[in-house]
Amino acid sequence: MSNSTIKFSRRAFMRTSSLAGGGLLIGFNLFQACKPKAAPPVDLAQLDYNDFNAFIKIANNGAVTIFSPNPEIGQGVKTSMPMIIAEELDVAWKDVYVEQGILDTKNYTRQVAGGSQSIRHGWDALRQTGATAKQMLVNAAAARWGVDASTCTVNEGVITNAAGETLGYGDVVNEAAQLEVPENVTLKDPKNYKIVGTDARNVDIDKITTGKPLYGLDYKKEGMVYASVLRPPAFGQKLVSYDASEAESMPGVLDVIEIGAKVQALFEEDPSFASKISSSNKVVVIAESTWQAMKAKAAITAEWEDDVLMESTENHDQMLTGFLDGTQFDTRRKDGDVKKAFKEADMVLERTYESPFLPHNCMEPMNFFADVTDAKVHLVGPIQTPAWKAGLIAKMLGRGEDEILLEMTRMGGGFGRRLYGDFVLEAAEISDAIRKPVKVVYSREDDMAVGVYRPAIKYRIKASVKDGQLTGYHLKEAAINDNMYGLIPNFFPAGAIENYQVDTKSYKSNITTGAWRAPYTNFLAYAEQSFFDELAEAMEVDKVQLRIDLLKKVDAAADESIEYSPERMIKVIETAVEKSGWGAKPKGVYQGFVNYYCHNTHVAEVADVEIENGTPVVKKVTCVVDCGIVVNPLGALNQIEGGVIDGIGHSMYGDFGFEAGLPSAMNFDRYRLIRMKEAPKVEVHLMENEYSPTGLGEPTLPPAGGAVANALKAATGKRIYQQPFVKNPELLKVPEEPVIG
Amino acid sequence: MPTFQINVNGESKSVEVAADTPVLWVLRDHLDLVGTKYGCGIGQCGACTIHVDGTAMRSCSMTLDQLDGKSITTIEGLSEDGKHPVQEAWKEVDVPQCGYCQAGQIMTASAFLEQNPNPSEEEIKNAMHGNICRCASYNRIYRAVEKAAENMN
Repeated sequence: MSNSTIKFSRRAFMRTSSLAGGGLLIGFNLFQACKPKAAPPVDLAQLDYNDFNAFIKIANNGAVTIFSPNPEIGQGVKTSMPMIIAEELDVAWKDVYVEQGILDTKNYTRQVAGGSQSIRHGWDALRQTGATAKQMLVNAAAARWGVDASTCTVNEGVITNAAGETLGYGDVVNEAAQLEVPENVTLKDPKNYKIVGTDARNVDIDKITTGKPLYGLDYKKEGMVYASVLRPPAFGQKLVSYDASEAESMPGVLDVIEIGAKVQALFEEDPSFASKISSSNKVVVIAESTWQAMKAKAAITAEWEDDVLMESTENHDQMLTGFLDGTQFDTRRKDGDVKKAFKEADMVLERTYESPFLPHNCMEPMNFFADVTDAKVHLVGPIQTPAWKAGLIAKMLGRGEDEILLEMTRMGGGFGRRLYGDFVLEAAEISDAIRKPVKVVYSREDDMAVGVYRPAIKYRIKASVKDGQLTGYHLKEAAINDNMYGLIPNFFPAGAIENYQVDTKSYKSNITTGAWRAPYTNFLAYAEQSFFDELAEAMEVDKVQLRIDLLKKVDAAADESIEYSPERMIKVIETAVEKSGWGAKPKGVYQGFVNYYCHNTHVAEVADVEIENGTPVVKKVTCVVDCGIVVNPLGALNQIEGGVIDGIGHSMYGDFGFEAGLPSAMNFDRYRLIRMKEAPKVEVHLMENEYSPTGLGEPTLPPAGGAVANALKAATGKRIYQQPFVKNPELLKVPEEPVIG
Repeated sequence: MPTFQINVNGESKSVEVAADTPVLWVLRDHLDLVGTKYGCGIGQCGACTIHVDGTAMRSCSMTLDQLDGKSITTIEGLSEDGKHPVQEAWKEVDVPQCGYCQAGQIMTASAFLEQNPNPSEEEIKNAMHGNICRCASYNRIYRAVEKAAENMN
C-alpha cells in the first residue's frame, strides 16, 4: 500500500510567517488537510494563527519546537504526533521541544482525543507538513548558494550542497519564511525512517516523575477560588429547596449559589448535548480552598423530588431481556435470510451475554477552571473535545466564539468521560455568576455518581450449522440509551456467513450514558468471541481454524462497508498461534484464544490461565497487533499492555448499577479496579509492515475479556455469560478433576 | 484558625488551616506542592502517597496534628534533581501513560525499596498492590521497581 496517495493542496492548510524575534513559524490546519478535496474554510489571507492547530517553530539558533495539536489523555499523541513531523522535517528527535498546542475554537478541526483516530487521521498531514517545511528550508539554502535545491541533502537539520558547504536550519529560516509554500514535496521512503519506528519516551516524563504541575487539577491563577457542586444524588431527581445556613458560616466559605438556568436554556435551544447533563438546578459552594468547599457542601441540607421514573438495575434487566425476547428491532445489517437458515439447519446454537453499566473512573477526577470577564472567557483544563465545548459555552453565555480562550492541560485519564464537558459548562456558569476565576473540583464521589456511563447491554447471538458449515448468524443487541454505531454491524463475521443479521433496540433512560474506552465493542468482542468458542465446540472443529476458515470466505473488496482485512487478520492469528504456544502448552496451563478488529487495528490475544490454590489465575496474555507502521514502539507497547489489563480488569471486576436512581458505588471502597497482583504479564508482538498507521488507545481492550473467558472455560469447564466474572464466584471454582480444555 | 509548623522536604513551613484539613489539601492548596495527587480521599488508591519520616502514607487520610513533629517528603522533595534511582528507573522504563498516579507509585516504591532493597517478585507486587493505575501500566511499574532495586544495589 502506498503511503502518500492522498492528494491535496498544501495551500489549503498551511501558512508560514516570520517570527518577530527571527525564525520561521509554520502553522497548519491538520484536519482540514485530512480532507482530500478540502476547500479552505475562509479566505486564507484573513486567517490568523488561531486557525491552525499545529505549528512548527524554528528559531534562528536552529531550535525546533513542535506544538502538538491533540489533547493528551495518556494515549501518547503528544509524543507520537510530533515524531511524525520531526521525521519528515529531518531533525534529531533529541533537539525537538514539544509543547501542547492551544485550542483553535474555529470550525474544521478535529482536535479530539477519541476513537483511536489521532494518528490515523494525522499521518498524511503530519508527514506533508514536516516535508514541506524541510523543502522550504532547503530551497532557501539553495537560493543563497545559487544551486539547484535537488543537489542539496539534509541530515538532522543541516543542509549540505554538492560542494560540501553546510547551512543549519537556523541560518536560513528568515529567508525560508519569505518563500512560497511548495506544492510538491517528496515524502521519505519508510525504509529510511530515523525517528518513526524508534523508541521515544513520553515527552512529559521528567515533569511527571518530579511532580510538576501538568494536570487541570494542578492549575492555579491569582485570585482563583474553588467550587464544590451539590448535584441530585439519584438520577431522575430535581432540586426543590436547600438550606445552606450552616455551610455559609463555615470558615473559608465565600458564597453559596444556585446554578442551572443557563445550562437548561442552552439545551432548550440546542438539545444535542442535553442527555449528557442533569437538568436539575445545583447548589454550589464557593470557598477559598478545595477542602473548605467540599466540607461545606456536605453541610448543606437539600430536598430533592423525583421528577421522573426512578430506575433500577432490576428494571433495566427485565426491560432489556424483554427486548431480546420481542420482535421490534432496528436492523443494521441484513444478508440473506437468517430465519430460513435456522429453519433448515442441522443444529442451532443460541446464547445471551450480559454486562452492567461502567463508570470511567479517570484517576484525575473531573475538574475545570473558568474565568469569565467582560473581555473574555478563559477556560483551562482536561477536555477531550475542546472545540465542541468552547462552542457550547459561547452559546450558553451569549459570547462570540472569538472571546473564548480554551487551554488544554494534560489529562489524568480520559477513557471517554472527558468527551462530555458537563463540568466545563458548570465551571463557566459558576464563573459567569460570581465573576471570579474559579475551579470546579469533583470529589471522587461526585465523579463516580455523576457519570456518563458505559450503558448496560445484553447480546443474544444465534447461529445455525448445516452440513458442517455455519449458515446463519443473528446478533441482537438490547442496550440502555444508545445502539452500536457506525460500521460496527459490519465487523467480523459480517461477510463470512451467507445469512447474517444485526438488530438493535434501546431503552431511553434518564441515566446519562456515553462512550467508554472502545465504545460498544468493549463488551461485544467478549460476547462474540465467547460464542465462536462455543460454536467450535458444538461443531467439533478447531477453535482457531473455525475463525480462519470464516475469514477466508470474506471478499472484503466486494463490500465497501467491510473495513477489516481478512488477510491481515489471518496473519495476526497465525502469529498469535506461534508466539503463544497455542495448543502446545504443558498440562496445567489453560489457554483462551480471541481475535478482533476495531478502531482500524487487527488484534489477536491468547490468555494463559493457571490454577493457584484452587483458583484460576490469569498469568499471561500474548497479544499480537497489526496497526501498520508503528510510530513509537515504546509508547505503543504501553498502550497495548494497558489496554489488555484494563479490559481484563473491567471484565473480571467492573460492576455498577442503580437502585431507584442511586448509583451502587461512589468510591473505590465499593468499586473494584484491577490492581498489581491481578495484572497478568502481557507479551506483545507487533506485525511489521508498511501500511499507514492506525490507533492503539482502544483496540486491544475489547478482546481481552473474551480471551480470559475462553481460558477460564478451558480451566473450569464452565462458560461465563455475565460480566463482571466475579459476580458468579461458583463459575470461577475449579472442579476437583480439572477439565482438559 | 490554628497555625501549624510542618517540616516539608527539609523546610519548616507555617500554615494556617482548620485542624481537620487533610495533609493532601494542605500540600496542594496551601503550599503549592501539587505533585501529590487527589484520587479518592479515602486511602484506597494511593495517588496521594507521601513519606512521613520515611514511611509511605496516604496524605488524604491524615491531618496536621497527627504529624506530631514528623518530617514529610513529597514527590517534589524525593531528590534534588529528579534523579532518585526510582525516578531514573521510571524514566528508563517509560512507565507513565496518563501519568496522574505515578507520583504516588514512585513514593510507594521508594519507601518500600528503602526498607527492602532486595525484594522478590511477590514482595514487589504486594508493596505496589495498594496503588491503582487506571491506565493499567502495571507491567511497567513492576519492571521499574525491579530496575530501581538493581540500580540501588
